[in-house]
Amino acid sequence: MGAIQAPDLSLAALAPLLFVFSAAAVGVLVEAFAPLRARHPAQVVIALVGMVGAFVSILLLAGTREVTAGRALAVDGPALFLQATIVGLGALSVLLFAERSLDPARSAFVASAAVPAGSLRDTELATSERVQTEVYPLASFAVGGMMLFTAANDLLIMFVALEVLSLPLYLMSGLARRRRLLSQEAAVKYFLLGAFASAFFLYGLALVYGATGSIQLADIRTAAATGGTDTLLVLGLSMLIVGLMFKASVAPFHTWTPDVYQGAPTSVTAFMAAATKVAAFGAILRLLYVAFGTADWTWRPLIYGLAIVSMVVGAVLGLTQTDVKRLLAYSSIAHAGFLLTGVIGLGAGGSGSGLPATMFYLLTYGLTTLGAFAVVTLVREGDGEATHLSQWAGLAQRSPLTAALMTFFLLALAGIPLTSGFTAKFAVFRAAIEVGAWPLAVVALVASAVAAFYYLRLVVLMYFSDPAPDGPTVGVAGLPTTTVLAVTAAATLVLGIAPGAVLDVARSAAVLVG
Amino acid sequence: MSTFPLLLALIVVPAAGAAAVAALPRGRDRLAKQVALAISLLVLLLAVLATVAFDTGGPRFQLTSSVTWIADFGVSFALGVDGIALVMLLLIGVLVPVVLLASWDDPLPAHRSMRSYLAWLLLLEAMMVGVFAATDVFLFYVFFEAMLVPMYFLIGSFGGPRRQYAAMKFFLYSLLGGLVMLASVIGLYVVSNSQLGQGTFAFDALRQLDIDPGVQKLLFLGFFIAFAIKAPLVPFHTWLPDAGAEAPIGGAVLLVGVLDKVGTFGFLRYCLPLFPDASRDLAPWVLVLAVAGVLYAALLAMGQSDMKRLVSYTSIAHFGFIALGIFAFTTEGATGAVLYMVNHGISTGLLFLVVGMLIARGGSRHIRDYGGIATKAPLLAGVFLLAGLASLSLPGTNNFASELLVLIGSFPTRPVFTILATTGIILAALYILLWYQRTMHGPPRGVLMADDPAGDGTPAPDPGGAGATAVAVAPARSRTLRVQDLSGREIAVVAPLVALIIGLGVYPQPLIDLVRPAVQATMDDVGSDPGGITPSTTDAGTEGTN
Repeated sequence: MGAIQAPDLSLAALAPLLFVFSAAAVGVLVEAFAPLRARHPAQVVIALVGMVGAFVSILLLAGTREVTAGRALAVDGPALFLQATIVGLGALSVLLFAERSLDPARSAFVASAAVPAGSLRDTELATSERVQTEVYPLASFAVGGMMLFTAANDLLIMFVALEVLSLPLYLMSGLARRRRLLSQEAAVKYFLLGAFASAFFLYGLALVYGATGSIQLADIRTAAATGGTDTLLVLGLSMLIVGLMFKASVAPFHTWTPDVYQGAPTSVTAFMAAATKVAAFGAILRLLYVAFGTADWTWRPLIYGLAIVSMVVGAVLGLTQTDVKRLLAYSSIAHAGFLLTGVIGLGAGGSGSGLPATMFYLLTYGLTTLGAFAVVTLVREGDGEATHLSQWAGLAQRSPLTAALMTFFLLALAGIPLTSGFTAKFAVFRAAIEVGAWPLAVVALVASAVAAFYYLRLVVLMYFSDPAPDGPTVGVAGLPTTTVLAVTAAATLVLGIAPGAVLDVARSAAVLVG
Repeated sequence: MSTFPLLLALIVVPAAGAAAVAALPRGRDRLAKQVALAISLLVLLLAVLATVAFDTGGPRFQLTSSVTWIADFGVSFALGVDGIALVMLLLIGVLVPVVLLASWDDPLPAHRSMRSYLAWLLLLEAMMVGVFAATDVFLFYVFFEAMLVPMYFLIGSFGGPRRQYAAMKFFLYSLLGGLVMLASVIGLYVVSNSQLGQGTFAFDALRQLDIDPGVQKLLFLGFFIAFAIKAPLVPFHTWLPDAGAEAPIGGAVLLVGVLDKVGTFGFLRYCLPLFPDASRDLAPWVLVLAVAGVLYAALLAMGQSDMKRLVSYTSIAHFGFIALGIFAFTTEGATGAVLYMVNHGISTGLLFLVVGMLIARGGSRHIRDYGGIATKAPLLAGVFLLAGLASLSLPGTNNFASELLVLIGSFPTRPVFTILATTGIILAALYILLWYQRTMHGPPRGVLMADDPAGDGTPAPDPGGAGATAVAVAPARSRTLRVQDLSGREIAVVAPLVALIIGLGVYPQPLIDLVRPAVQATMDDVGSDPGGITPSTTDAGTEGTN
C-alpha cells in the first residue's frame, strides 16, 4: 500500500484551463453570495476576465509542446490553437449573452428555468425583469470542458471533458425566455441523446482498454501499430467515433441538432454551433491522428463515409427548412461533413495538410456562424425573435446594414471567394485531394453548390422580396452585440482576403504530441 | 509610365468607385451617376493606355506584376495581359460607360436605389477586369466566382418580374460550374506539387507541366464544364434566356457582352494550353455541342416572342460559333473566335440597348406588341437594323470578319462541322429580319398606339397599357402610333457602338494584329491540329516563343 504519487503538474501549461475554471468557480460563488443588483455585471466581468486571461496565457504559451499531468494532457500546437479559438468564441458568446437592449425584458434568458411552460408563473416570468445570471458560470464551465477536450491525451480525461462541456450545454439550452416549451424540449432531447452518445463513448473506451490495456493515446498508438487487427480495438474505436460525431453533429448522429438549435436561446445556439464544433473536432483529430494515426485503415473508410453522409444530409435537408435557426443547423451538419473532408487529409507519416486545414476551417466556421446567429438575435417580432423565413422578406429595405451583414455571413458559409469560408474550404479540399480523396472532394463541391441554394434563398428573401406590411422589426443592437458583429464580420473578411498569417500560424502549430 | 501598375489600377479604380458611390448619402442619385460615369470613363482611359503600352511583338504576357498573396497555398496576386485579354479589357472599358449612360433615366423597381445599382455595376466591372487580367489560376478562380455576386444582385434587385427565379438560376448554374472547376484547380496544384516539388498556381509554370492523359481529361472536364456553363453551350444553356430576359438592360448587356465571354476566354486561356492532349482528344465532342448550339439556339430564337429572350438565344448560337473557332485548332479559327468575342459584345450589346429603348417606350417585351415603328422613329429603327445586320454578320459590319475567319479557319480541319454551322447564318438572317419586319415595318399596331386627340377631343392617355384597352372599347376611334425617336442621350449611347460596328467592319486589322500573337502562342501550346492538315503556311512549324 504505497502512498499515491501525485502527478507532476506543469501549472504554466495548464494556465488557460485554470483561468477559465476559476472564473467558473468564482461565478458560482458570486451567484450564491452577491446581491441581486450586482450579479449581472459581476458575472459578465468574471466570465470575460477568465476567458481573456486564458487567451492571453495561450498566446504566451505559443510554441509549447509538452505532455503533463501524468501524461493525461497534451499541451501542443493544435491544442493551443483550438483552445484559443474556443475561448475567443466563448468570449464573443458571453458578449451575446450579456446583450440587454434587445429583449424588452432585458435578457434573453428566463429567470427560472424549471417552471412548467405555459403556467401562470411562466407567463409572469416572461415579462419580469429578473435576470438569470447562472448562464455565465455555466458557459465558463462549458468552455473549460471544451478546452480540456482538445488537450485530452487519455481517453478517460477525454470522457470527463466531454461531460464537463455537455452538462452546462444541456442546461443552457433550456433557458430561453420566449417559447419556453420548445426550449425545454430542446434541453431534454439534447440531454437524453447526449447521455446516449456519452454511453457509447464510455463503452468504446472500455473496449479499447480491453484491447490495448491502456487509456493513454500514445500507448494505444503502439498497440494499434502492432496488433491493429484486433476486432475489439476496431469496435472500440468505432464507438468512440460515434460519441464524438454526436457532439460534432455529423450525420447520421445529427438528429438532435435542428431541434436543439431551434429551441435553445439564440445566443446559446451560437455558442454551441461555434465552440462545441471546435472542441469536438479537436478531440476527433487527436484521437484519430495520435492514437490511430499509424493504423488509419481502421477509421479512414468510416470517416470517408460519414463525411459524405453528413454533407449530403446537411445540404439536402437544409433545402426544405423554413426556420432560420433550423436552416443554420443543417448548414452546421453540412459543414461538419466538410470538416471531415479535411480530417481525411492525413498524409503518410503524419504529414499532409489535413490538420492545419481543419484547424483553420474550425476557426473560420466558428466566427462566421457566431456572426450569423448574432444577426438572428436582432430580427425580432413582438417580444421574441422572428425566425421564420417568411418573416425575413424585404429585410434589406428595413435595415440594409443587418441584411448586408447576414448576406456576407451567408456567402461565407456558402464558400464564395473573398470570404473566409472560401479560404477554409479550399484548404480542406486541397488536403483531401492531396491524399487522393478526389471523389470525396467532388461530392463536397457538389454539396456546396446544393447548400448554396438555401443560403441564397435567404438572400433572395431579404433583398429581392418586398417586405410584409407587418413584418418584423430589427432591434437596435447594444454595445455587446455590435462588438460581436464587428469582430466576426471583420474576421470573415480578413480571413478571406489576407489569410496568409493565420494559415501560417495554423501550419506551424499543426504538430501533435502524443 | 512603364512602372505604373495599369492593370491593378484597372481593378482598384472601379472597385473604389463602387465603394464611393455606395457611400454617397441618400437622394444624391444624380451625383452618383456622374461619379460612376466619370469612373467608368477613367477605366476606359486606363484600358486605352494599357493598349498603347502593349507591344504586339513583345513577350506573351505584358504589364505583368506579381505579389505573393497566400504563401501557404502558393498563390500570387499575379496580373498580366496577352492580346486576347487586352481586347476584352477594351471591350469592358467601352461597354460600361455606354451601359451607365443607357441606364441614366431608367425607372427602378420600388424600394431600389440608383446608387446601389451603380455600385454593383462598378464592382462588376472591377471583377470582370480581374478575371481577364489574372495570370494565376487561383486568382482567376477567385474573380470568376466573386463576379457572380454583383451580377446576382443586379438581376435580382433590378430585373423583371421573374427576377428572383432568374437570379437564383444564374447563380446556382455558375456556382456549380465554378465548384467543379475548383476541383480541377486543386488537382492542377497537386500535380504541380508532385512535378515541380512545390505547388503553384502560376499560369506560366502550370503550362510546363507534363500531365498524364487520363488525369488531363478529368482536369479538362472540370474547367470545360465551368466554361461551357458560362459561355453557354447547348446542354448547359438554359439559365441564359432567363437571366438575359429578366436582367435590367444594363446588366444584360454586360452579361452576354462580357461576362459570358469569360467562358470562351477560359477555353482559350486555360483549357487548350494546360490540357493540350485532352483538348485534342475531346475536341470532336466539344464541336458537336458547339454546332448543335448554333442550330438549336437559332431555331429557338425564331420561336421567341420575348425580345430579350430572343437576343439571349442568338447569343447562344454565337457562342457556338466561337467555340467552333477555338476547337478547330487553327490560328485563323481562333483569331476569328477572339474577334467574334469582341464583336459579339459590341453588336449584341447594341441590340440589347435598342431593345431596351423600345421596351422603355412600350413597356412590353413582346414582338407582337410593336409594329410600324420605323415610320415614326426612323433613327431607332435604323440603329436596330444596323445592330441586327451586324448580328447576322452582314459584310461591312464588324461580325463579318470574325465569322468569316472562324469558318475559313475551321474548314480545313473540320469541314463537316463548318458546313453545318454555316447553315446557322441563314437561320440568323431569318430570325433577325423577321423580327425587324414585324416590329419596325408593316401597319402601325401594338401598345404604342394611342387615341388621336382630334378624334373625340380628350387628351391622349399616356402611351402605355391604357391605349391597348381602349382599342376594345372604341374601335372606331382614329388612332396613330405615338413613339418618340431617339433622344440626345440615347444617340450618345448608341453612337460609340455604331461607330465601332462600322469601323471594325471596314478595317478590322488593328484588332487582328493585337490578338494574333497571343492566339498563335496558344495554338503552339496545343500543338498541331488533329486533322494533320497544316492550317496555313505562315503558321506551320512556328515554335513557341514563350
